[in-house]
Amino acid sequence: MARAAVSGRLTWRVSSLASSDELTSSARRLVFEVPGWPGHLPGQHVDVRLTAEDGYSVQRSYSISSAPDGNLVELAVQRVDDGEVSPYLCDVLTVGSQLELRGPVGGWFVWRATDPAPVTLVAGGSGIAPLMAMVRVRALEGSRVPFRLVYSVRTPEDVMFADELRRRAREDPGLDVRLVYTRRAPEGSPEPPGRLGVATLNTYGWPAEFNPHVFVCGPTGFVETVSDVFVALGHDPRRVRTERFG
Amino acid sequence: MPIVSPGFTGRRQSPDVQLPPGQYLTEDFPVLTAGPTPRVPTDRWEFTVSTEAGQKHTWSWQQLIELPAEKITTDIHCVTKWSKLRTRWKGVSLDVLLEDVETAADFALVHSYGGYTTNLPLEDLLDGQAWIAYRYDDDDLTPEHGGPARLLVPHLYFWKSAKWVRGIQLLLEDEPGFWETAGYHDYGDPWREQRYQGD
Repeated sequence: MARAAVSGRLTWRVSSLASSDELTSSARRLVFEVPGWPGHLPGQHVDVRLTAEDGYSVQRSYSISSAPDGNLVELAVQRVDDGEVSPYLCDVLTVGSQLELRGPVGGWFVWRATDPAPVTLVAGGSGIAPLMAMVRVRALEGSRVPFRLVYSVRTPEDVMFADELRRRAREDPGLDVRLVYTRRAPEGSPEPPGRLGVATLNTYGWPAEFNPHVFVCGPTGFVETVSDVFVALGHDPRRVRTERFG
Repeated sequence: MPIVSPGFTGRRQSPDVQLPPGQYLTEDFPVLTAGPTPRVPTDRWEFTVSTEAGQKHTWSWQQLIELPAEKITTDIHCVTKWSKLRTRWKGVSLDVLLEDVETAADFALVHSYGGYTTNLPLEDLLDGQAWIAYRYDDDDLTPEHGGPARLLVPHLYFWKSAKWVRGIQLLLEDEPGFWETAGYHDYGDPWREQRYQGD
């Protein structure tokens, strides 16, 4: 098992929002400037703390979607309409405003560019965030480790990082990107919309014989289903790493 | 001193709800697992306590459910920030299972089907603080939530309540488990907010 990816004390750092832009109609890309950020491995997350005037405070965890880039940390935040934190982050927090952030957290759901094993990534919805960090680090490091990304979304409008993924699928050698639409596929799509199933994962993920790493991130039900499929397809359960949202 | 986030008001709990710092209340029962869910049939299930001297005490499923069980109603706190109040369980107290085990150990390493491990001081498993739970909300414990049986140690963050438990290894020296090796706190007291190493 991997040794600790982080050690020492994780301190709260007063961070400011450097930029905020729309990823989809219900999600935003938030880039924070975090003084003294120690760097991170792709797949790790941060804790965000918000405090109201009267001292009431809340914390939430968000996966980092960026590759290490100095003091900048990018989060992809899906707006949960009745949520306590995500509407604030998406709609109220303005560029230059401050909040507290600490991390990086988590030493298991991480990919290391020194590991030569092929990688299958499976994202459901906003579960793309930590996998995007892996795709970006792979490119940054000039890695040729074969990557296959299967990304399940409801409709074409729900694809986060759509332009970047399209470009990387063209330009990053050895990166395959497969989009799966569960509610509505784009016009002219060869396949009707449908849930991600055994056939798709078998076709677009690496076969078990290649002994790949498998990273699955998304809502609980999605992750349960997908990771069960990989086990049924003969993958070593210990090589199937999962991260669940909500 | 925490900084104030301008325009953040938040959603306060009623003042009679006491949560550990940084936690929020959920009515759901979210699932947190590092990998696929193991499915362990009860006819192949076993639970083993091993001591530092190499002695083993093993229970089959049938033997476990024939032991005196308790009903437990308790609050649980996950390190991913959710807390759930008054959850209802049924299980066998570790006091019962460890009653005839002779040991000088101070530490326990809990093992699960699927390879998960977590460590805690042995004293945190004793004196009515820990159970091998096999019922939740009047139903059999589902595999997603750790069935057929999981450890229940509700006074610590819930990753210590190992799902799919298959044994407890008693040790003279502390040995970090799965999350503890991956940057999480060795002890994990939610009221002292011991989430990560160094907290």
